Amino acid sequence: MKRAHYIAFAVVIVLTVAVMKLPPRVATQFKLAIGSLFLPLFGLSSSTQQIAVKTGDTVVPRKALLAQNEQLHRENAELKVQLQRQSEFERENERLRSMLSFQRIFPWKIRAAHVIARDPANWWRNVQIDLGKRDGLRVDLPVLTSEGLVGRVSEVSETRARVVLIGDANCRVAAMVVDTQITSGRNARTETNTVDHGVITTGTSVLDESVVELGFLSKASQVKPGQEVRTSGLGGIFPRGILIGQVIDTRPVEFGLYTVARVKLAMKMNLLDEVWVMMP
Amino acid sequence: MSALNTIFILVLAFVAVFMEASFGTFRRFLGVQVDLLPGLMIYASLSSGTLTISTLAVLGGLWFDSLSANPLGVSILPLFLIGFVVQRCRHLILREQTYAQFIMGFSASGFAPLLTLMILFSCGAEPIVGLGFAWQWFVMTVIGGLLVPLYFRLFGKVYRTLGYERVVESSFRADREIARGRG
Repeated sequence: MKRAHYIAFAVVIVLTVAVMKLPPRVATQFKLAIGSLFLPLFGLSSSTQQIAVKTGDTVVPRKALLAQNEQLHRENAELKVQLQRQSEFERENERLRSMLSFQRIFPWKIRAAHVIARDPANWWRNVQIDLGKRDGLRVDLPVLTSEGLVGRVSEVSETRARVVLIGDANCRVAAMVVDTQITSGRNARTETNTVDHGVITTGTSVLDESVVELGFLSKASQVKPGQEVRTSGLGGIFPRGILIGQVIDTRPVEFGLYTVARVKLAMKMNLLDEVWVMMP
Repeated sequence: MSALNTIFILVLAFVAVFMEASFGTFRRFLGVQVDLLPGLMIYASLSSGTLTISTLAVLGGLWFDSLSANPLGVSILPLFLIGFVVQRCRHLILREQTYAQFIMGFSASGFAPLLTLMILFSCGAEPIVGLGFAWQWFVMTVIGGLLVPLYFRLFGKVYRTLGYERVVESSFRADREIARGRG
């Protein structure tokens, strides 16, 4: 073996070990700094997409736009009526809470973000979004869409942030299984009962990102397929009540000591494009 | 040409890592993201020196890990080992032959993720690996194999475009010209 090969081999090994042994905080900073080299390319890609979308918009026929506009007006009017109703419920809830001296629930403040990149490795479930420290983001903020919970912020740089998605081993979510029943008759109402509490651990399949495992359910759990899974608010990261998905099936594990359920996520993780970050 | 070759390889590695992170067509349809770096390392090891291989392994690995949730530095060693071994044996490889290029790319694209996963598990990380990984691994190796001949063609075209054109020698020699006429 030539001497140059020996030297190159030694240098690369030493460098690899040195980089891998960096303290976690330094490694994260270093990682974010290297990742920022890609910012011009991300910017270029985003502008190209915007130009393509704008070009596409110009060729949409006026008739289709008018129809869409009318539909959106209708939806908007319906949502306004619903919002009024919700506000009334909120006020009532707050009043009752203050009467019972319960802790006040603060309303959610959310901020829209675009997904700019996904993890290039197949064994992690992560995305990067175009919000960072300058937008007020910090680690552990919940990320969601209108369909349900997506994950939490795990790393933040000045202009972008990494979001670890549900199903990744680094995103455990305290969850509850809720049974919703709608009673019929004159006093029709929706009743929700918490069936059990558990923790969303990892995805069940490498290929299917939409199914995750809900572990640590009690062995006598009454969890049934079709029941909703929502965040329980335990653990302090995710507020209570965000929809996660629906139970597919259950099975006993560890010789029947506890039960595990497979959950179909409400959000299609492979089609993530726009998300909402819940701001503090 | 050597420095230019290294620069081209590094630029392509940078763009390749960016594309892996931002274009999800393969992931959407096949459930796999193809790794473009092992194939590029095969091209580098068959066409360049140790310095290019080491630089590509270090920079390519760091770029990849910076956009991934991998611990920083995990991807350097698999890339470097591929380049190092191939370069040591390159006198035995028919590097101009497409099938040899395919086999090298196929093997490298299969070896890199396995070694990366081994390092990740030994570091205590919890990557998502299951039965579906066999499918991902198969797609990665096949596409990784197909990419190497493409890299050779791409770089060949670039050098033909940027390099000096080879002078074609004419069979005409002025000193051997037979002068006809009465003079």
